[in-house]
Amino acid sequence: MLKNARVVGLGARLIGIGLALAFVALILLATGAPPFQAISLLITGAFGSTRKIVDVIATAVPLLLATSGLLITFAAGLWNIGIEGQITLGAIFTVGALRLFVDSGAPPGVAILVGMVAGMIGGGLWAALAGLLKIYGGVNEIFSGLGLNFVATSATIWLIFGPWRRPGVGSMSGTEPLPPEFALPQLPDMRISAWAVVLSLLGVALVYILLRGTYIGLKLKATGRNARASFVLGIPTSRYTLVAFVLCGLLAGLAGAVQVTAVYNRLIPSISSGYGFLGLLVAMLINYQVIWAIPVALFYAALIVGSIQLPIQLRLDSSLAGVLQGALVLFVLIIDGVRQRLRERG
Amino acid sequence: MQVEFRNIHKRFGSVHANKGINLTIPGGCIQGLLGENGAGKSTLMKVLSGFITSDEGEILLDGRAVTIPSPAGAIEQGIGMLHQDPLDFPPLRVLDNLLIGGRRGLIPDRRAALKALKEIETQFGFALDPDAYVDTLTVGERQQLELIRLLWLGARVLILDEPTTGISAPQKVKLFAALRKLAAEGRTIIFVTHKLEEVYQLCHRAAVLRAGALVAEIEPPYRTETFISAMFGYEIPTPPRQPPPTTAPLLELKRVTVEDARLQVGPIDLTVKAGEVIGLAGMEGSGQDLLLRLCAGLLRPTGGEIALGGRALHNATYHQFLRSRVKFMPADRMTEGLVAGLSLTEHFALNAEVHGFFINYKQAEQTAVERIAEYSIRGFPESPVESLSGGNQQRTLLALLSAPLHLLLLEHPTRGLDLESAVYIWKRLKERARADGTAILFISSDLDEVLQYSDRVLVFFAGKASAPLPAMQTSVEELGLLIGGVPLETVRATVEMRLPEEPSR
Repeated sequence: MLKNARVVGLGARLIGIGLALAFVALILLATGAPPFQAISLLITGAFGSTRKIVDVIATAVPLLLATSGLLITFAAGLWNIGIEGQITLGAIFTVGALRLFVDSGAPPGVAILVGMVAGMIGGGLWAALAGLLKIYGGVNEIFSGLGLNFVATSATIWLIFGPWRRPGVGSMSGTEPLPPEFALPQLPDMRISAWAVVLSLLGVALVYILLRGTYIGLKLKATGRNARASFVLGIPTSRYTLVAFVLCGLLAGLAGAVQVTAVYNRLIPSISSGYGFLGLLVAMLINYQVIWAIPVALFYAALIVGSIQLPIQLRLDSSLAGVLQGALVLFVLIIDGVRQRLRERG
Repeated sequence: MQVEFRNIHKRFGSVHANKGINLTIPGGCIQGLLGENGAGKSTLMKVLSGFITSDEGEILLDGRAVTIPSPAGAIEQGIGMLHQDPLDFPPLRVLDNLLIGGRRGLIPDRRAALKALKEIETQFGFALDPDAYVDTLTVGERQQLELIRLLWLGARVLILDEPTTGISAPQKVKLFAALRKLAAEGRTIIFVTHKLEEVYQLCHRAAVLRAGALVAEIEPPYRTETFISAMFGYEIPTPPRQPPPTTAPLLELKRVTVEDARLQVGPIDLTVKAGEVIGLAGMEGSGQDLLLRLCAGLLRPTGGEIALGGRALHNATYHQFLRSRVKFMPADRMTEGLVAGLSLTEHFALNAEVHGFFINYKQAEQTAVERIAEYSIRGFPESPVESLSGGNQQRTLLALLSAPLHLLLLEHPTRGLDLESAVYIWKRLKERARADGTAILFISSDLDEVLQYSDRVLVFFAGKASAPLPAMQTSVEELGLLIGGVPLETVRATVEMRLPEEPSR
């Protein structure tokens, strides 16, 4: 019976995906663009060459890290909207730490390691702030998260124009690039770092084990599902709320660190690149089941990479990928809602 | 308007909350509706006010069958419900609260609403500032606002769900006067309450529900005994009892007071010996629940001292209480007791006293299997708790209490269980009390249960607790009178006068 339910669930999801595709096709028709050509462009844009496939994987790395962090906060019943800010703070801390190593003569490996850890601490602290505001101030994490996201963005801009300004240049594009040896080593002839990929897979694996097999995970789940009963059963629910925020923040901070060390090699204004919000979508789309995180994150990354071709070839805006990403979540959730309605009636 | 219920049935899963209720309430009547929690009063009133629809049966207004699909549909038919917790909008002003319910037009007519507000206020002697924010009003004033709103919307049948909890004495007088006036105008009032004195003061007639069925319709002159026997029933004979333990004091309460938004409880003095079982009786919400939560560490006392085994606990946190081996079992299973979405195994894993980092699922499942057998829970280790029936959820809650304890606090420990299971559960509890010295405090609305299993009984009435009565020397009848608010001396005099030959229990 359980298996049957799973098949039905998968079927419902496929229906949702089909509806989302149909919806996007309708939008394309309405704008006068050929839907099949657009979709085939998306596919070839993402998987047309080894280079493109590598790009997809590289894009999936920060997305996966953000998603796995969010799976923890979702398990604890929290809407960690502040994840964007946590990624940003991770990037800021990483750049800050790496700047200390410039001209220090320390081995680059040490610098990178310290930078990564600093990034995780940055993200963790930013998340802890949202957690403390919730526990002691009664501030809903959605509001504090939004606020902290703005603060984080402002902090990057201030650093870019202020203390970390490129000498002699008044540029919005970012801080002075860090020495190239402070970047994670890339695979030969490819714009991807095996280290980053391993880190993101490690993140997913850790979250999977945490939520599946540990008391911390079970207590987080209990707190998320019924905080009152969990408290009465003796779980220190405030502490677990904070734990969830900090764990998510650590992973988000790592995503920020990866953005610095594997992609940009400096601080840029929108360093989080929206991976936090995208992670929210992925987590919702996979119905908070960790094992689906990897394929779905890859799929979303493919949409991002694939849509780069759209403006050039069809003069469509590349935001079409975003439309499809959003529509997917929307329709899958609608189908879920419809199913629940039907079940209640039946 | 005459309200008639015909054969109303409502089931919630396995619970049959209304079992074919037939009741006719004539227009201009103030009808009292009584019954313990879970008796089906709220269900019946929710059916009438459109919050839920019945499975079977029909409702007739002035002889005309009607369907009431929603609360908005109810008010269109002239039925308005005043909820126990006012369903208003605290961040809005009084007048806006009134306008929210208005049905006509895009732009609310503030002037007309203000005029109506003033008119109704003068009629009943209410005085609300139309520009005041609702969250600055007292519960009584919010209730007046709700009443005004319902009348403004044209309610001809008013349902009041325990309207006197949390309001002051003068507000109560005002409310009752208003209700009498409304009844005199031909409106029908249904007054749901736990308090017999209010029925005596206000109601033209009363109906009593028990376990989903209408068991009595009572007209004046009212006698407390009639109500108590209808509400609680006492058919089961009490088997022989054990003498109370003679152990050292374990739990000591000195001049303890506690309160919530509605009620101030105490001061209470109580010493409980190790292994003693104390029953707390009273109409629901008379203060016994607050005392139990206080002893569990879930509420802080507003005054007085609590000590367990000589250790002061009145400033302790709930987790310190837990570490002192005090445990609480709530009545509301799925809100406070169990975590929906987690399985039985997961619950027993969470409940494990000592544990490492990783969950030993094999061991947790083993524990689950043992407990399922021990407490005859109908379910599997992997069953999510919300899929269990109420009675099996109750057994699960009890199974989660199996660690050795000093003090066990139980809200309605056998509610939802059949008699046989209840007897079994109590056998286990009594064994723990006598063999391990676990002191037990429990609330029950079943007076037979209270008498049968307690060593001493505390009866609560309006936040005041009686002196602890040795269960051997009291009776269901005496408890019933005390619950109804009759002072102990009067009770003793009455009972002795009427039953001189009855042997003391």
